[in-house]
Amino acid sequence: MKNLEPSDEDLLERFQRAAFNYFMEHANDENGLVADKSTQGAPASIAAVGFGLSGYPIGVERGWLTRDAAAKRTLATLQFFWNSEQSEDPFATGYKGFFYHFLDMKSGKRVWQSELSMIDTALLLAGILVVGTYFDQDGANEREIRHLADAIYARVDWQWARGGQATLRQGWKPEAGFLHYGWEGYSEAIILYVLGLASPSHPITDDCYEGWTSTYQWENIYGQEFLYAGPLFIHHFSHAWIDFAEIQDPFMREKNCDYFENTRRATFVQQEYARRNPYGYEGYGENCWGFSAGEGPGYKNIRIGSKTRQFFGYTARGVPFGPDDGTICPSAMLSSLPFAPDITLAALRHLSSHYPQVIANHALPSGFNPTFQSIDPTGLVTEGRLGLDQGITLLMIENFRSGLIWKLMRQCPTIANGLSRAGFAGGWLK
Amino acid sequence: MTMPKSENNMQQNIQPAIEARSDQIDAAYMKNVHPEGWKNPKPAGVYNLVVIGAGPAGLVAARGAAALGAKVALIERGAIGGDCLNVGCVPSKTLIRTARTYADMRAARNYGAQDPGVIDVDFQMAMERIRSIRARISKSDSIKRLSEEGIDVCLGAARFSGPTSVVVDNQTLHFKKALIATGARPMIPDVAGLNDAGYLTNETVFDLTELPRRLLVVGGGPLGCELAQAFCRLGSQVTIVQDEAMFLPGEERDAAQLLSGSLARDGIEIRLNTTFESARREGTSKIASLRSVDYASTIECDAILVGVGRAPNVDNLNLEAAGVRYDSAEGISVNDFLQTTNNRIYAAGDVCLEHKFTHTADASARIALQNALFLGRKRLSSLTIPWCTYTDPEIAHVGMYVREATAKGIAINTITILMHDVDRAITDGEEEGFVKIHLRSGTDQILGATMVARHAGEMINDVTLAIERGLGLRALSKVIHAYPTQAEAFKKAADAYNRTRLTTTLKFLSKRWLAWSRGHL
Repeated sequence: MKNLEPSDEDLLERFQRAAFNYFMEHANDENGLVADKSTQGAPASIAAVGFGLSGYPIGVERGWLTRDAAAKRTLATLQFFWNSEQSEDPFATGYKGFFYHFLDMKSGKRVWQSELSMIDTALLLAGILVVGTYFDQDGANEREIRHLADAIYARVDWQWARGGQATLRQGWKPEAGFLHYGWEGYSEAIILYVLGLASPSHPITDDCYEGWTSTYQWENIYGQEFLYAGPLFIHHFSHAWIDFAEIQDPFMREKNCDYFENTRRATFVQQEYARRNPYGYEGYGENCWGFSAGEGPGYKNIRIGSKTRQFFGYTARGVPFGPDDGTICPSAMLSSLPFAPDITLAALRHLSSHYPQVIANHALPSGFNPTFQSIDPTGLVTEGRLGLDQGITLLMIENFRSGLIWKLMRQCPTIANGLSRAGFAGGWLK
Repeated sequence: MTMPKSENNMQQNIQPAIEARSDQIDAAYMKNVHPEGWKNPKPAGVYNLVVIGAGPAGLVAARGAAALGAKVALIERGAIGGDCLNVGCVPSKTLIRTARTYADMRAARNYGAQDPGVIDVDFQMAMERIRSIRARISKSDSIKRLSEEGIDVCLGAARFSGPTSVVVDNQTLHFKKALIATGARPMIPDVAGLNDAGYLTNETVFDLTELPRRLLVVGGGPLGCELAQAFCRLGSQVTIVQDEAMFLPGEERDAAQLLSGSLARDGIEIRLNTTFESARREGTSKIASLRSVDYASTIECDAILVGVGRAPNVDNLNLEAAGVRYDSAEGISVNDFLQTTNNRIYAAGDVCLEHKFTHTADASARIALQNALFLGRKRLSSLTIPWCTYTDPEIAHVGMYVREATAKGIAINTITILMHDVDRAITDGEEEGFVKIHLRSGTDQILGATMVARHAGEMINDVTLAIERGLGLRALSKVIHAYPTQAEAFKKAADAYNRTRLTTTLKFLSKRWLAWSRGHL
């Protein structure tokens, strides 16, 4: 971690603690499920559970939670996922080792007719691997945590998830089979492929990863050469667990780059877009950026001045091709901390000084939109907080401060095996 | 705009005059493309070339051959000019222009102009403009003009009677060489109830006399997207259904996504990953049943426009008698020289090509003509073919896509310039879009390009020229582009590429040289 001003260190501590608290306040202690959103009645998101599990060791190391309490929460979570129904029943919790995207907070059954989600299962499993690595002591709870972590991971049928295609599918529904969303190009899915490749029971073949990376597009945008993806979360999610600095797969070797550096460049593209602010949104600037998936003011077209502005609800915002409706995702900005600390800290200070409503209690909302505020003074901040936002904020601040999650995952043989099978080499993999 | 009452009265008074003018336009048009009472000429002994189909490919071949002194017959069963003139590019682009004008009027404030207020669309005026422009353009390829150029124009359906002869209107034409250029027709999806419910295609939509209040467009390819946007801007409430994850399948993802955003902003209801399962008539309405994964829904509309692709016109030609192999889906089988399985017979245009565009038909006809009459060895695969979807913004492409290059083991670096960084795009309020130029990694060799811009169709030609003539991106940087133009994006791309070549060492050496020169030169 670079040398920080005491005020910055204090600021990070506050934001990180607030993010951690989400998982204390919006989880079901009995089954470990974590709410997708802080609003009343929200279902659980399995990806949010993955972030929550990863956050418990952080809580222990930071003194926010005892090791025993963390182990108990973790064990309850793993026992739920191991024992819940796996079948083709539309109200099961999962199938083929994967889990449905959204579950009922109490019963743990599928809700909203959601899809069996490959990527969200991968984010859950990443969290399971974190706790399986962290809880390494000899007590009964910690032994069972390790046993269940291995069992849940080994149960996943990754080969099935190809659906007969060259690459992994994004989702499956009992009512309709595999989904066809055209999931091409660089995305948050490296962690998914790494886990699929390293499986001890149903691994995907090496060509599967190559098939996916063949859809990559390396672009020079605003003078930055990088592996393009519009929303910032794509450049963060796999990085929450894997330290990609100085390790390269064949694609990055050819480009003489690595994914860590790539995220740094993507962050600068975000900053540059905000600085240029081509569509004239309020607030954008070199210290106010962060375009990613998240909530917005809602779907509406409103004339402001000479322009008709189109606003969105939850959507994956990205730059420079959009969509962009003037909404900034503060957690996405903050999660660039390990990659571009100088501009991220400057943006964080700007946020703190200019938008006190956004950082009330340091619990970051999904988004804020100064343009929308110009027509609705109460409409600056989006409603509720998202588990994914809190999770990525919690992990990325920790990776910046201590590298805890990265260090844990370096010790996890599954991650190293998966990376090696994907063709990664160099750096800490040597 | 709502007219004052007195102007409305005036409009009523001049209506008969407008209708009379319409009749004159239609008569002139028909005289050019398929005159009533036309008598086919008496066949010559043996023709150097018999061309079947007077669309873009057939016209290019017939006129080219006649100009070079060949004895040529040109057979057409419908209207001279083919789809392009009659039911394709010409009417659709004319309608798009009208629709774009209305869109600009609604966005007047965006251009610093006063909002005109309520805008009433005159659909009949738009359709008359189509007929007028179609009639005007039809003059250049009129049957009279073709005859004057020495071409024997025969109207009627052609049918091969042997490997070197074809029959039209009970007359047998013998040939040394023949060219099949019969084009393609709209493909109709096999959807229950669609025939009974009724539907429009590009062959019938330009005959509409009233704007459909609610229009369902089936198919998110170029035709579906263009006409969905045009009818929406003219005032129809449009829903577009596409059975794939994005519009323009095969096009770059970012381009297709920008198009989705643009169509949505226009007010089109977009249904991606949705299949059109059935249709039925209910009173004066049509009810379409749709399914998206596990979600079924229905849409009530006044018209259904089908644009799901094109099928080659290979039926009723008796190709078996000529020994020409074909497939009803893929069209006539040709080799790289556009020769069919009968080495005296060639094919060109939509009937045999994957890329069914007017300019491809034209280019392929030139190849076929040279190969057929002058022992040429020109190859179809040597063509650099650009294409454009004329939505707003337009989407144009030429050369390889990144995925195609990757599949061939070629590493690509893409230089991307955003239109919001191009001064003329900013002054014109046309900032949406980008220019992406795909270079062979480590070089300035242009392998392909994709553009999204309001005038991408005009801009793509610069890159097509560069690829065709083997010019690298650095060469483009030496071409002075008039300022301000939107094509300046290429110069910016070239500058961006040049900056990537400024290595740390080069920068260091340059800095040292300049420091030294300050004291010594």
